[in-house]
Amino acid sequence: MSAFQVPIATNRCATGIPTGRLAIWWVLASEIVIFGGLVTCYLLFRFRHPEWAAEAEHTKLAAGALNTFVLLTSSLFVVLAHVAACNKDTVNARKYLIWTILGGLIFLCVKAYEYTSEISHGYTITRSVFWAFYYTATALHGLHVIGGMTIMGLILPDVAKGKNLQRVEYIGIYWHFVDVVWLFLFPLFYIASAAS
Amino acid sequence: MTSSSVHADAAPEADSHAHHAPQSFWSKYIFSVDHKIIGLQYTLTGIFMAVVGVYMSYVFRMHLANPAAHIPFYGVLSPAAYNSLVTNHGTIMIFWVAMPILLAGLGNYCIPLMIGCDDMVFPRVNRLSFQVFFLSTVLLLVGFMAPGGAFGGAWTSYPPLSAKVEYNLTPHGNVIWLLAVALEIVAFLLGGINFVTTAMNSRAKGMKMFDMPVLVWMIVIATIIFMMSVGPLVAGAVMLLLDQTLGTHFFAAQGGDPVLWQHLFWFFGHPEVYVLLLPELGVVCEIICVFSRKPLFGYKTIVYTTFMVGILSMIVWAHHQFIAGIDPRMASIFSLTTIIISIPVAVIMFAMIATLFKGSIEFKVPMLWAIGLIVEFLLGGVTGIYLGSSALDVYFHDTYFVVAHFHYTLIPLVAFGGFAIFTYYFPKVTGKMLDERLGRIHFWGSAIAFNFIFIPLFFSGLAGEHRRIYDYSGFAELTTPHMQSLRTMATHALLVMIAFQIPFVINVIKSLLKGAPAGANPWKANTLEWTADSPPPHGNWAELPEVYRGPYEYSVPGREQDYWPQNAAN
Repeated sequence: MSAFQVPIATNRCATGIPTGRLAIWWVLASEIVIFGGLVTCYLLFRFRHPEWAAEAEHTKLAAGALNTFVLLTSSLFVVLAHVAACNKDTVNARKYLIWTILGGLIFLCVKAYEYTSEISHGYTITRSVFWAFYYTATALHGLHVIGGMTIMGLILPDVAKGKNLQRVEYIGIYWHFVDVVWLFLFPLFYIASAAS
Repeated sequence: MTSSSVHADAAPEADSHAHHAPQSFWSKYIFSVDHKIIGLQYTLTGIFMAVVGVYMSYVFRMHLANPAAHIPFYGVLSPAAYNSLVTNHGTIMIFWVAMPILLAGLGNYCIPLMIGCDDMVFPRVNRLSFQVFFLSTVLLLVGFMAPGGAFGGAWTSYPPLSAKVEYNLTPHGNVIWLLAVALEIVAFLLGGINFVTTAMNSRAKGMKMFDMPVLVWMIVIATIIFMMSVGPLVAGAVMLLLDQTLGTHFFAAQGGDPVLWQHLFWFFGHPEVYVLLLPELGVVCEIICVFSRKPLFGYKTIVYTTFMVGILSMIVWAHHQFIAGIDPRMASIFSLTTIIISIPVAVIMFAMIATLFKGSIEFKVPMLWAIGLIVEFLLGGVTGIYLGSSALDVYFHDTYFVVAHFHYTLIPLVAFGGFAIFTYYFPKVTGKMLDERLGRIHFWGSAIAFNFIFIPLFFSGLAGEHRRIYDYSGFAELTTPHMQSLRTMATHALLVMIAFQIPFVINVIKSLLKGAPAGANPWKANTLEWTADSPPPHGNWAELPEVYRGPYEYSVPGREQDYWPQNAAN
């Protein structure tokens, strides 16, 4: 196959917003309705089932809090990577992107520990609709974390060479979104329990 | 002036454009990143699936006219196969015919050409979009070979029927169906981001938002409606998949809620009707301007009204659940919003009629299909008022009245609109003109037969005939000779309508082989796609056009010609 050439269309900019940034915001818009639909369903059930507060006690609040801290910190790193990319500082852009990926990795490890411990105590996905929502929402979020880490890994070689540095900004916007989703899931599944 | 068709035969490689011309058959037609080829791939896949879907309707209509008889080209239809055919007919016609042809095919082909750029902004995402769509098509058809057969729980896939194998008896078919629909949605999300971004950012020099043809506006608004409504269904599909495979109870009565799926499905499913409607209204706007030689009446009004349709379409969904046990107070609200949405649609219709008023109307074949679309869609829309009323719907719900109603909206959109697109753009895509006489025979034969299929079904629905019944012999009041004659009439009309597709097929083959050369602008239209060669080369123009005026400057007083292409300097 002949080498791919970027069409003229891609570099046009009638709105004044670069095409890639515009597209990533549309991606987020469609993602918001996916998570929005799921969270709304959960909330409608939650209001009808006050007894779910007792179930929510069995999610691990400390682990969730740690993960919130890890994810927010990784968002800081991705901003630092963006700043470095803006200054054409490829060394630091690459470094902070790797730190962001590591943040995602720690998040997933903590999540894996939570899942293992919950499942081994009998809190499986089929135990009740609360746990079905818990696993579906957190796993869907986890998939987005893995997706973001994968894309960061894929753009690393180009970033190191100083090519397509605008991609650091785009993945950063996406990573913030993943972060914000977690900021909804954490209170809904961890904090709002009978214990608190 | 514009480039002439003489260049159409020049090899794209000779062109000085920055784009690389693909060389081999595989990279040019199968793994192409060119928006025109991807548009055609979507359209041809859609046409293939339309043949599959029509074949299914042929089988079950033949069965309903003459139960237990041997059906030519099929055999005897079993109850399970009847269910899976009815289900997949609906699924295919909406997701694998209407969406790829009206939105993906038309959008891919027309958006870059109409706004004057060389391709979509993300050509490789576009290619991925088609590949995911193709995979979903294969997956859906594989469902028919799965042990236990294809899914038969209706295209709306309501749980618990769709969630529990004990009820639907298709252990693999239900999962395959759901995965295929989910993949199809992914494909259109990928394509949709491309559509919106391209229209926003890549317009030709000098083209402002309100210089875009209404068709581009309509496709973009339809895409936004799709993107804003499909999310909850994606979440719902994940939940239903977990119910099917892992045994969770999201949609089961034990702890979950079966009606929740209906909300998630119709929150997408009703806006989807407008996703299919808007590109068609856009095409009709283009066609009636060209064939009545008049500017579009109320361009901006149409665009703003379309936004209103989009917003209202998000708050009408629960009219599908009037008998599902929702709160009657909520039903009243949804009745109201449902009836209100007919106002903006009516405004658009009146703008179209006002465009036709005192125009120099030419009844070429695309114009016939466009006018036919307006007339027949009006009948579909008006019967919707009855169903939108929550009191009347208690009686009409799940009868053939509903079937007739939505076929009266969707067949004008998909078939009439599809043929309008096909006959209007055939000269651009192939460089050959279609035969007008065969086209007229095809139009009148199909349009008249179409009415004879569905008018009888309105009456059988009014008489209380429930849809999705395999065999009516158990219901004394439904097996009367009168009811049977209604069913038979619909089936015979379907056979006539299928027969009238033969002139169309002959027309296409004949025109491809020895049709008159079309030239760049056979309809003397203003929009930019008609300034490219027919067919447009890779990269569309040797030099990308610059735009000086809006798209509907027809019959401008004082000009020698009655049209004024957007890129003509004077």
